[in-house]
Amino acid sequence: MNGTTTAPQVIAAEAEASVGDPLARVPLVLNKRSFSWVTERIAGVNEGPTPRWWWVAFSVSSLVAAIGLFCLGYQIAVGVGVWGLNHPVGWAWDITNFVFWIGIGHAGTLISAILFLLRQKWRTSINRAAEAMTLFAVICAAIFPGVHVGRVWMAWFLAPVPNNLGIWPNFRSPLLWDVFAVSTYFSVSVLFWYTGLIPDLATLRDRAKTKIKKLLYGIFAVGWRGSNRNWRHYEMAYLLLAGLSTPLVLSVHSVVSFDFATSVIPGWHTTIFPPYFVAGAIFGGFAMVLTLLIPARAIFKLHDVITEGHIDKMAKIILLTGMIVSYAYAMEFFIAWYSGNTFERYTFWNRIFGPYWWYWWVGMLFCNAITPHLFWFKKMRFNIYVVFFVSMCVNAGMWFERFIIIVGSLHRDFLPSSWGMFYPTWVDIWTFIGTFGIFMSLFLLFIRYLPMIAMSEIKIVLPEADPHYHTPEGHHPVQAGGHERT
Amino acid sequence: MRTPSGNKVYAIAAEYPSAAALYEAAKRVRDAGFKRWDVHSPFPIHGMDDAMGLGKSWLSAPVLLGGITGFLTAIALTFGPSTFIYPLIVHGKPTDWRTAPAFFPIMFELTVLCAAFTCFFAMLIMNGLPRWHHPIFNWDRFSRATNDSFFLVIEARDPRFTEQEAVQLLQESGGQHITVVHED
Repeated sequence: MNGTTTAPQVIAAEAEASVGDPLARVPLVLNKRSFSWVTERIAGVNEGPTPRWWWVAFSVSSLVAAIGLFCLGYQIAVGVGVWGLNHPVGWAWDITNFVFWIGIGHAGTLISAILFLLRQKWRTSINRAAEAMTLFAVICAAIFPGVHVGRVWMAWFLAPVPNNLGIWPNFRSPLLWDVFAVSTYFSVSVLFWYTGLIPDLATLRDRAKTKIKKLLYGIFAVGWRGSNRNWRHYEMAYLLLAGLSTPLVLSVHSVVSFDFATSVIPGWHTTIFPPYFVAGAIFGGFAMVLTLLIPARAIFKLHDVITEGHIDKMAKIILLTGMIVSYAYAMEFFIAWYSGNTFERYTFWNRIFGPYWWYWWVGMLFCNAITPHLFWFKKMRFNIYVVFFVSMCVNAGMWFERFIIIVGSLHRDFLPSSWGMFYPTWVDIWTFIGTFGIFMSLFLLFIRYLPMIAMSEIKIVLPEADPHYHTPEGHHPVQAGGHERT
Repeated sequence: MRTPSGNKVYAIAAEYPSAAALYEAAKRVRDAGFKRWDVHSPFPIHGMDDAMGLGKSWLSAPVLLGGITGFLTAIALTFGPSTFIYPLIVHGKPTDWRTAPAFFPIMFELTVLCAAFTCFFAMLIMNGLPRWHHPIFNWDRFSRATNDSFFLVIEARDPRFTEQEAVQLLQESGGQHITVVHED
């Protein structure tokens, strides 16, 4: 019991548990850990000395972030001409990156809100990190529509502010809906995340050794003291926020898809877009959650909390949403053929055999439509390397998919005289890489200074949290230091 | 009420070893008729609201009001400019009430936004948070309330409060480390 649990152990535990009682479930936290073990292990990550790898990783990612910020500054100073986009490809990597990041930002709130309403208790060990990931991904996403307008200092025109020109935004434009949808999504996700953090910040406050930590955690813990009169309203607030966030998650990528679907560009003008985009966002978002949590779980030895069972369930969600996405791909092709519209048919023919053919074959077909099918096999879902490989494929595939939808539909205009290609410049490339730096820097700061797993929620799923639980003889919960509870 | 050393008494508090013990103790304190008391635990305990005799949280009422406010704001924000101040004809479509479907996304987003902010701030206000300090923090054992321990606190300002009865009740219900907590 040194903190590691292997796949065969979990399978064996599952089999053992089902002998007497076929409906028995594998516990969500393995090895009969106690409340204080949960606190020690999770808060210990924040309280221990900063590990050397953290400094290395943070230096690299903040350097990459700095390069990205430099590129943004250069683009703002010189103009959007430093990017490779031009007629006919007026939207290229900027909007691809926007849709890519905002899609990643869907998994967090899906896990925290929808799985909460569906009473999926396994979400407790991954929701905090996934929500943080959501916020950081939305920050990365918001950069692109912000700067792609060119004259960034005019971006306030997007907001309905009375001004001396007497001009108002067009409230019937999906681009304006997008402003409302993304900013609402970000604000509500911050509130939801912070609400969940309050009890855990109080734990860190009560354990803080230095004055400065006690002060800072104390301020953000708002004086939380675990009172049941407070828990009563707190739990209701959490439930209501989950209820409000659930339609919100589904709305954000629907609104993003309206940016395309309400246009008349072949390849964009389809009614399938909202559900197609939402499924793709959840698909890509879960892949990113796995990409971040598989290493984090290994580094911080959180195998008892983020068990093989959790990874198994996330792999199944990837399999499901991947098939929804594949169905949408197939249906797009069918409708293009069935519509009898020359331009529509050509756009999709061009996807497979046109100049961007390999984006489709590698990105959409191999990465998104084929690799998730490995997850039909239990052995594959329990093989951490396979899961990591598939999640990396999906991360890449979802970026390619957005590129194909955006650039693939634009580069062949209605008239062959207006055809063109898109070639990224170094500014395009480094701005995109830079957002990964921003994302990773923020995520590293998060795992260093905030509890990456919701301690108070994990404690609820332990059997001792039940008010009718009585310790069976000889089964004392294992304490952090190996001591019996006194 | 003051201690012999002159400190004002905030409450008499006890620690319990488990959620189950706290749950049973809470039922006894409720039945004894106390009003100003509370339990503290590292996580919400299922069924504790009933054990304490508390009803369902009424937080949903302000949240509903917040949502309605957001919805009405969105109606004013979209129809105000688009119909009255600055009518823009898009796709040759009308600018009056018939354009409402185009405003549904904004109405939805603002409803959710206002409801969520109301939810968060109403929760804090109803809980009397944020607050800088609380007398219960004067008890050094209490720092485990956010870790792995369970506490029951009977406040001195409870009309039924007598030191003897409170201590006896906590003792009978299995409370440990029974302590007089000072106000300051």
